[in-house]
Amino acid sequence: MPRDSGEGAGARWRSPASHAFGQHIGLILAAAILLVAIIIFSVMFVIQQHRLPGNFEITSTVNNTMPLALAAIGQTIVVLTRGIDLSVGGVIDLTNALAAILLRPNLGNQLAVSVIIILIGAAGGLINGLLVGLGRLQPIVVTLATLSIYQGLAIRVLPQPGGAVPPGYTGFLVNPNAPTALVFLLIAIVLWLGLRRTRLGVDIFAIGADEQAAIALGVRTVRTKIIAYTLAGALYAIAGLFLAATATAGDATTGDSYTLTSIVAIVLGGVSFFGGRGSAIGAIAGAFIITMIVNILFFAKINPLYQAFYEGLFLVIAVVLGALIGRLVRARR
Amino acid sequence: MSERAAAAATGVAAVAARTLNKTFGGVQALRAASFAAHAGEVHALVGENGAGKSTLIKILGGRFPPDSGTILLDGEPVRFSGPADATRRGIGTVFQELTLLPWLTVAENLLFGREPRGAGGLIRRASLATDAEAVLARLGISHIDPRAQVAEISLSERQIVEIARVVTKKPRILFLDEPTSSLVEREVAWLFERIRELRALGTAIVFTSHRWNEITSIADRITIYRNGSEVGTFTEIEEGEAITLMTGRRVDALYPKLPLLSAGAKDMLALTEATIPGLATPIGQPASDLSFHLRAGEILGIGGLAGQGHRELFLGLFGAPPLARGKIAVGGKPLRIHRPSHAINAGLGIALVPEDRKTEGLLLPLSVRYNLTLPILRRISRVGVIRAPTEGRMSREIITALGVRTPSAAQRVGALSGGNQQKVLVGRWLLAESRILLLYDVTRGVDVATRHEIYDLIMRLAGEERAILLYSSDTEELAHLCHRVLVLRDGRVAAELVPPVLTAEAIVSASMRQARAA
Ligand SMILES: Nc1ncnc2c1ncn2[C@@H]1O[C@H](COP(=O)(O)OP(=O)(O)OP(=O)(O)O)[C@@H](O)[C@H]1O
Ligand SMILES: [Mg+2]
Repeated sequence: MPRDSGEGAGARWRSPASHAFGQHIGLILAAAILLVAIIIFSVMFVIQQHRLPGNFEITSTVNNTMPLALAAIGQTIVVLTRGIDLSVGGVIDLTNALAAILLRPNLGNQLAVSVIIILIGAAGGLINGLLVGLGRLQPIVVTLATLSIYQGLAIRVLPQPGGAVPPGYTGFLVNPNAPTALVFLLIAIVLWLGLRRTRLGVDIFAIGADEQAAIALGVRTVRTKIIAYTLAGALYAIAGLFLAATATAGDATTGDSYTLTSIVAIVLGGVSFFGGRGSAIGAIAGAFIITMIVNILFFAKINPLYQAFYEGLFLVIAVVLGALIGRLVRARR
Repeated sequence: MSERAAAAATGVAAVAARTLNKTFGGVQALRAASFAAHAGEVHALVGENGAGKSTLIKILGGRFPPDSGTILLDGEPVRFSGPADATRRGIGTVFQELTLLPWLTVAENLLFGREPRGAGGLIRRASLATDAEAVLARLGISHIDPRAQVAEISLSERQIVEIARVVTKKPRILFLDEPTSSLVEREVAWLFERIRELRALGTAIVFTSHRWNEITSIADRITIYRNGSEVGTFTEIEEGEAITLMTGRRVDALYPKLPLLSAGAKDMLALTEATIPGLATPIGQPASDLSFHLRAGEILGIGGLAGQGHRELFLGLFGAPPLARGKIAVGGKPLRIHRPSHAINAGLGIALVPEDRKTEGLLLPLSVRYNLTLPILRRISRVGVIRAPTEGRMSREIITALGVRTPSAAQRVGALSGGNQQKVLVGRWLLAESRILLLYDVTRGVDVATRHEIYDLIMRLAGEERAILLYSSDTEELAHLCHRVLVLRDGRVAAELVPPVLTAEAIVSASMRQARAA
């Protein structure tokens, strides 16, 4: 059945590049916003320091972003299934506190403790997944409840900020002398691209796009959701480990802000809240945008009291601009 | 036909249902329903909207289990654990409400669950599109871009992709639930060719349709359903008799008489030099310019092959999204329509019954009543509060007038059968008392008896001096229901047909001749 009008079929099609552009517009916009933020930061830096940002600035930016980037990847996986995870902060609190009290200077301990903590994070996610998947409960309610529970557990584990993270552990995860943590991000991206090419990855996107259709297509939606939340929990735990490594000590409330910032990061990264559209790579870019905004505010010598106000303001501007450009691009095609 | 039917009647059915019952809330969709289809036959399943056809197909396709009753495959009782289980057993189903994933590409949808795998069992995303292109080409489809997102392609293209996805799996038993409702004639012909091929291979094919000519042209046997049960299975049956069995009453001549159009009827809607947005203009030609006048009491048909800008035109007149260029005048006054609220509130009220009721028209999780009264909430409110008794009375009136099959006005629209959802959509604009009606394929998926009622309704509306712009994928319908038909091609009027040359053949040949000339 050729095209009704009888035109050569291929001629009507848009080029693969044009399709890719349209289908990855969120990601492209996130990269563009990040680029603009980096340029603004660099200009301010040069004006004040009379040199370009160097190894130290890059390293601290990367290290400070790691926990948020990991949390945002977890949040992305959940939001792709058309869910939301508010328990991020609680899982990070808990895993961060556990890391601070359990880690010892010897390698065997560090390895074992890391694995156990990641499993604990995964268990936290599994509980969310079971309640959302099997229990058919609203993700927002479930994860709001577990957020409080995990926060409470964290306080039990570490009532006062304290504990100590061995320097060797810190050096391995967040080397203060060079941005070696980028390697971990690279691994995350490779794993993400791999996930996109597995049954599980396809199913996560399918559920978010149209759950009823996915069921009709034979997708095991309950199972897939449980796995999604569990994976996310494990990623938050890794974020908790990185946070502990950066701070070199534990604090049972330090993760709280990540619930909101992980959501902001994925919005900036072009992940759709309606599910089925988005990428962890975008979420990582979103996390870096947030760090850059904080950096810019620091160099603008904003009174720390007003920092939150300006952060919010910049975020609104970034989101609005992104949405506007996205709409324009789509309307033009 | 009779030979095949005779062979079928003796062997063991490839798929059969015995005394199936299924209840949704208070509605009994199937009551002791039976059905049997044999290998190598095309079996039509017909019945009114809400008769239980889709419910039967969903059960046999493994979507959900029956409350009670038995499913037999080749005579063996089976229980499906889910759609994937049914697929494994060689059953392929094209569900009435399509199951394509909007944000995935055509290729990803087409090859869902059987993606090409490479090293380490990972999906080879790079070869998805070329594989899909090959699959489509084998089925004789060359006009659908496998790299496009499903959200970007038209409803008929989606239907074709869905059919292609199921057919390429070479199922032993193939269910097609209203596969033709959004297809135009050429696409139907394509589908029937595929069906014949599969029949020759020994596939049992079950399909539902509300178009009798399709049924007689391809079905070997016909099973009639009424109120959730089988009324009978036939190899040969007259349309009139079938309709009587489906509805329990006689339905007269299908097409009603057109109301006379008075010579001095005034213009209700005028469109000048409009450009259809998003329609690729052949190089070297000026952007499309589309102009017409629609008069009070007139039913103006818009015909032509799929993808020639009908859909964009109808949506454009409703501001969703607006037309790219051109002037719209309503009742002689120029008007800018940039969003639907402009159209609804325009002096005479423009109403659109859209193509894809699932995404463009109805709010599926909300009640029938809410869906009906949505555009007139202001009118039935006092100091901003909706007068519940008025709302209830008005929606009940429409439900009765259109014969919407629903347990109550409070039922979720999403729970109604496809045809009944369509009635709610038409009913909404009757309540809104719009003077200009844009009816885009209103009878899509509507059963014969109701279609007859909708035809009468259209005539009544025209008789009340409303202006009606009508598109139908059924050319017969256009020819019989319209005072005048404009055949579109590349977003411009290629031919204007008026009686006596206004026939289905004339519409088809006008669109084809134009197509070949290009
Ligand atoms: N999920 C559901 N919840 C509640 N009621 C339902 C549901 N699905 C179907 N029904 C009801 O069951 C009855 C049979 O519906 P079904 O969809 O099988 O009809 P159909 O013969 O396919 O009609 P159509 O020709 O309009 O598609 C209808 O009255 C419908 O309202
Ligand atoms: Mg149906």
